[in-house]
Amino acid sequence: MTEKNITLKIKRQDTPGSTAYWQTFEVPKRPHANIISCLMEVQRNPTTQDGKTVAPVTWDCNCLEEVCGSCTMLINGKVRQACTALVDHLEGTIVLEPMSKFPVVRDLQVNRERMFDNLKKVKAWIDIDGSHDIGEGPVMPDQDRAKRYVMSECMTCGCCLEACPQFTIDNSFLGAATFNQVRLFNLHPTGKMRKEDRLDAVMGEGGITDCGNAQVCVEVCPKNIPLTESIADIGRQTTWQAIKNLLTK
Amino acid sequence: MINRKKKIVIVGGGLAGLALAMKFCERDGEVTVLSYQSLKRSHSVCAQGGINAAIDAKNEGDTPEKHFYDTIKGGDFLAHQPLVRDMCYQAPAIIHLMDRMGVAFNRTGEGHLDFRRFGGTLYSRTAFAGATTGQQLVYALDEQVRRHVHDGAARTLEWHEYLGAVLDSEGICRGAVIHDLRTGDIYTLPADAVVLASGGPSQVYARSTASFVSTGAAATTAYLQGAKYANGEFIQIHPTAIPGQDKLRLMSESARGEGGRVWVPRNANDKRDPKKIPESERYYFLEEKYPLFKNLVPRDVASREIYDIVYNQKLGVNGEPMVYLDLTHKSREFLDNRLGGIMDIYSKFTGVDPRESPMKIFPAVHYSMGGLWTDYGPDSNGLIDHGSPRNQMTSIQGLFAAGEADYQFHGANRLGANSLLSCIYTGLMMARGIMNYTDSLEKSVDDISSTTFDDTRSHWQNRFTDIKAMNGSENPYKLHQDLGNIMLANVLIVRDNKSLEKAWHAIHDIETRFKDVKCLDTNDWANPTPSFINQLYCMIHLSKIITKGALMRDEFRGSHYKPAFDMNQPKDFDPHEYIDYLEQRQYGEVPEGKFPRDHLDYMKRFQENNEKWLKTTVAQHKDNEPEITYEEVNTSLVTPRPRKYD
Repeated sequence: MTEKNITLKIKRQDTPGSTAYWQTFEVPKRPHANIISCLMEVQRNPTTQDGKTVAPVTWDCNCLEEVCGSCTMLINGKVRQACTALVDHLEGTIVLEPMSKFPVVRDLQVNRERMFDNLKKVKAWIDIDGSHDIGEGPVMPDQDRAKRYVMSECMTCGCCLEACPQFTIDNSFLGAATFNQVRLFNLHPTGKMRKEDRLDAVMGEGGITDCGNAQVCVEVCPKNIPLTESIADIGRQTTWQAIKNLLTK
Repeated sequence: MINRKKKIVIVGGGLAGLALAMKFCERDGEVTVLSYQSLKRSHSVCAQGGINAAIDAKNEGDTPEKHFYDTIKGGDFLAHQPLVRDMCYQAPAIIHLMDRMGVAFNRTGEGHLDFRRFGGTLYSRTAFAGATTGQQLVYALDEQVRRHVHDGAARTLEWHEYLGAVLDSEGICRGAVIHDLRTGDIYTLPADAVVLASGGPSQVYARSTASFVSTGAAATTAYLQGAKYANGEFIQIHPTAIPGQDKLRLMSESARGEGGRVWVPRNANDKRDPKKIPESERYYFLEEKYPLFKNLVPRDVASREIYDIVYNQKLGVNGEPMVYLDLTHKSREFLDNRLGGIMDIYSKFTGVDPRESPMKIFPAVHYSMGGLWTDYGPDSNGLIDHGSPRNQMTSIQGLFAAGEADYQFHGANRLGANSLLSCIYTGLMMARGIMNYTDSLEKSVDDISSTTFDDTRSHWQNRFTDIKAMNGSENPYKLHQDLGNIMLANVLIVRDNKSLEKAWHAIHDIETRFKDVKCLDTNDWANPTPSFINQLYCMIHLSKIITKGALMRDEFRGSHYKPAFDMNQPKDFDPHEYIDYLEQRQYGEVPEGKFPRDHLDYMKRFQENNEKWLKTTVAQHKDNEPEITYEEVNTSLVTPRPRKYD
């Protein structure tokens, strides 16, 4: 016997084009429960509160310890990872919805391909000569490494974009996560060599100048990445780049 | 010879798969990387503490040869030695490569790579990026593969699942059967070679440190198609994890590498706040029992000791199955810089700040040393011929395995920070051999008749039609949980044949219940349930492999601990005595009095046991059950001897 039940109100959608609907489930409350373990309970007993047997709710997740970025969703209206959403810290009926800024695939699953495409647009990688053994990497002060490390913890989870008023489901705004990647790679001694390519990529439509400076991205980032600093820094870098372009091109 | 680009399908986007994809692209191959979900989210991201390479940055006298010895000894001599040696010699170059790719490895005052201690060694050999090293390494390789995708050299099939190999009439692998997890379409992908870099099987246990996707299904499918599965019973139980309903979250060995101390109150009834318990009333049991390695004994040893403290000595914290892992003597700044990732995980999942209070931890299923049997091509120097087509090939020609999905690198117990190394090493190393393999084929995939592909596709389409039509009374997710609980209860740290037999029968009951499964969801679009049912089928077979291997292996080796077969090493025994003993034996009978009586008896038992059990377990699918045989282990470089860490 469990002392208490948890009530989950879940926004469901069968296919990308179909109409969304709500279903409510009750699951037993267990120690250390999080949203993922509640959804697993729904899989083991996919019956709604009013006794209807339905298809289990679908959602994305993998690592369950907030390093893969997969299980992002809206929990009581707040965008976050479901794995770190502990039931003990949530009150009343728990409302789960898919992120609204990405196309729904099914139920709580969304398609975040746009984020990965943006990584290609800004060439978020180091252009190594090849993976053969050509010796050590560049010497680097640990303070620079520490600065990069914080930025490199970005899991492409999408929280910052969901919260951003500028980022909509159908515009081309690149968003904080992408600007942060530009800064990350432009800081690296080898990455710097392609700095201008990356800056050019964020100077057009949907680029850095479209940022409305709402500063909510940094508030929702689960990894505490200093996104507003990254945005400001890329703003400065692009300004210099624009002047340089004016003089040289 | 094929006069076009060589085509490979890589199943899995973790470290092994991505490393191979990058290398194969550089060799102008045509690469398809298959992943259950978006790349960048594979289980490799969960690795925390670091990656080993004997660069000797701290001037301690470390060498790749010592790394090799530590790894072989850590694995209780069950790993093939030339491969492990080659991996250890390649390790420094691998770290430098990852550094060139921009991995934010922690650095020294001079700006070089920093290294820390890890278990099973006395050297600072582990390079690290905070406490999220796996994530950082995955990202770097993922970025390189994305670059190749951007340049048109590779393509990714995300949200796709591997169902099986396409085998021609001679049993050669000619491609892969693919399941589109969005549309539900099932089709074949012809290829010159298929590589399973599909990760480990820890989901066969109800709770582990593994990710959702670590079901072992791809490797098990290969076994069901005839491939050999090796050393399945060797499952690593990590000493330090935190409890959870859905998962047991790992607290990296690096916590101890950076000075973390494991203890319990000396008095079982001591309910005081741990910070209030004075030093003299704390039992630092690892430090007391193992004065040389202290808290950094290998994982199998640490897990057994924690188990013993909790269950035999009944000294668990507050009577619960938990011990303290204490870092509170370190400064916040130090902890944030070097262990920030796990500090955050512990705080977020327990609500307690590990910088202020000792963590409460317990062992959890973590890694499979076993996996698909794979081959290797040794060279004449005790290393590996990197061009050999045999490298990493399973017993099905043309089907390869790498990473946690294969069995070759860790013997009976893996050392911490060697898994990231083995994954990247195999991925990079095997590319040339695969190229050579495709060149050596008399008949290429282009010559294989289309009916081979059509028949295989129909087989799998029918299989999924049948699964969708399953309309019994068993919930597959519930059944998975029941299976996982059987494994947790009976096939864990301490094993005995009675429990293993119980598990063996219970798994067969699960198999019977499986026939009565209900496919809860019959939609065509983005429906995970049929896939899961197929994975569950694989997990049932995998549980059998693990359990039968464990049941039959009547000895104590590495992670496989059967107290009934413990050879009881004398306390004052020195492993070098055993080397002397072997030398003496070469010249005939060992003279009386040369060794203390109990040592001599022990050494005789040890030698006899090795003759019988220093073997690779090989499981093959026969009449729906694993048939177990044993193969010789290559011990040509270091003489197997008793392990000792105190």
